[in-house]
Amino acid sequence: MAEKEVTLMKGNEAIANAAIRCGADGFFGYPITPQSEIIETLSLLKPWETTGMVVLQAESEVASINMVYGGAGAGKRVMTTSSSPGVALMQEGIAYMAGAEIPGVFVNVQRGGPGLGTIQPSQSDYYQATRGGGNGDYNVIVLAPASVQEMADFVDLAFELAFKYRNPAMILSDGVIGQMMEKVVLPPYKPRRTEEQIKKECPWATIGRTHGRQPNILTSLELKPEVMEVRNLQLQDKYNQIKENEVRFETQQMDDAEYMIVSFGSAARISEKALEIAREEGMKVGLFRPITLWPFPSKQIAEMAKGKKGILVAEINAGQMIDDVRLAVNGAEPVEHFGRLGGIVPDPDEIVKALKEKF
Amino acid sequence: MENEIISPENLVYKKPTLMNDTAMHYCPGCSHGVVHKLVAEVIEEMGMEDKTVGVCPVGCAVFAYRYLDIDWQEAAHGRAPAVATGVKRMWPDRLVFTYQGDGDLACIGTCETIHALNRGENIVIIFINNAIYGMTGGQMAPTTLIGQKTSTCPYGRDPHLHGYPLNITELASHLTGTCYVTRQSVETVGAIRQAKKAIRKAFEASMAGKGSSLVEIVSTCNSGWKLSPVKANKWMEENMFKNYVKGDLKDTLTEEK
Repeated sequence: MAEKEVTLMKGNEAIANAAIRCGADGFFGYPITPQSEIIETLSLLKPWETTGMVVLQAESEVASINMVYGGAGAGKRVMTTSSSPGVALMQEGIAYMAGAEIPGVFVNVQRGGPGLGTIQPSQSDYYQATRGGGNGDYNVIVLAPASVQEMADFVDLAFELAFKYRNPAMILSDGVIGQMMEKVVLPPYKPRRTEEQIKKECPWATIGRTHGRQPNILTSLELKPEVMEVRNLQLQDKYNQIKENEVRFETQQMDDAEYMIVSFGSAARISEKALEIAREEGMKVGLFRPITLWPFPSKQIAEMAKGKKGILVAEINAGQMIDDVRLAVNGAEPVEHFGRLGGIVPDPDEIVKALKEKF
Repeated sequence: MENEIISPENLVYKKPTLMNDTAMHYCPGCSHGVVHKLVAEVIEEMGMEDKTVGVCPVGCAVFAYRYLDIDWQEAAHGRAPAVATGVKRMWPDRLVFTYQGDGDLACIGTCETIHALNRGENIVIIFINNAIYGMTGGQMAPTTLIGQKTSTCPYGRDPHLHGYPLNITELASHLTGTCYVTRQSVETVGAIRQAKKAIRKAFEASMAGKGSSLVEIVSTCNSGWKLSPVKANKWMEENMFKNYVKGDLKDTLTEEK
């Protein structure tokens, strides 16, 4: 009987286990709360003795993202993980990866900011994640898990999307999802790709010129502005394709809803409970949860928003995703924000109260 | 017949096959061209043409990928040793090297340099030290000599204002992860031959899994120094070699034998 093995673990541990299982070739990381369990779990599991996956503690987040640049530029499935201040340090490397079209995966288990901030959960890196984050006109694919199960499932998905589009992909999690324990079914083992498979799937990879072919050069540099503009336009074409093909979202109880909550990640879990309470009190509320924060489900939100009495964007920040929701709705319906800051995680009651007060 | 002499048996020297025909952007008299040629020759002689990945810096050698017919990754400023770590850890049977200048390696990338070397990554760092930022127009470098004039120390480097030159190669020689640390130059035929031997030794050590190597090439920047190529060589010999003494600083490879 092919039973699915259900285990109980933290979101951070799920990321580590999923990385090994989905055929990742390398992990380069630097400890930072609240995500240090990822590199700790990997170090304990010693995947270099089983699947051959390399795990290396780097000297900084700057170094770890550049190790990802090197390894992923050589066609391998390579990833790093960090939390907000560390991800801020990585932005240089991510911009270079976007420019050189290198398909690395990185995870941000967010904590409160700005600066060193707190070690408690936050969603205040939404702007950074969805607007590129570094210098230049670029986007990274952003997946927002709302459960430990999605932490596990999105590792492979992030690699698939990253390699499909030769673009960095990010899992934007937070201290709630990283630290909480839930039931999870880990993905099945998938073998690491062979050299032949990598050569076939990644003809751009720098692994030594296969005899007869022109050398591969990965760079984000081009001094001629007319050539650089063309390269930028090609990137924009790619981003438009991603917007067309890769939008992911989930809705709950939208059929009869008069109000809509829009939340992502851990805030969406709290909003689920808020929705239940609000409905018990007679308010017909539905939930829209963007799973991809970039590309953002703008069309779907605009469609769902039609005729609603009010739309509440509940986030654990000062109001960031609300900008995208307002752009989507374009003034047709009232859109308001609820959020807690600095590492405070809101109660469902607070969201219900905000719904009542604002509409 | 005047062409009779042009026959394979009479061939004593040729352009390395890995050198592209692309015109170099380096200034006439610059050391980069010679070092590029040596790297190309060594890769070819080792038969590693199809198994080499180079990592370019930010600085004058940013376009090294245009000149050598191998796979390359262009790194962010100073990050080449981390990028090379990623490549080498993923493909241990490849020859992986970085090619970096003093600003890239000994200033903005000091952390990545020290840690990659100290981890004993099986990579080679080729370090061009010309004591100035060439690409951006001649500003002070971490290796600029005391008293040396640059556009950001126009009255000469004053340690009270600017601190001291960083001898990062000496520092590297004290790191447990390094197997071979040497300082060379390319201003004479003899020096060029020595430098080539050093590069070969370092490349072979990395493929044998002996650890990290750092090959510093004390170089000229005649444009930045505002000297003719000949005078720049002389200035290097008279000034640079006093602070950056040539020779092997660490060689565990020979000691093993």
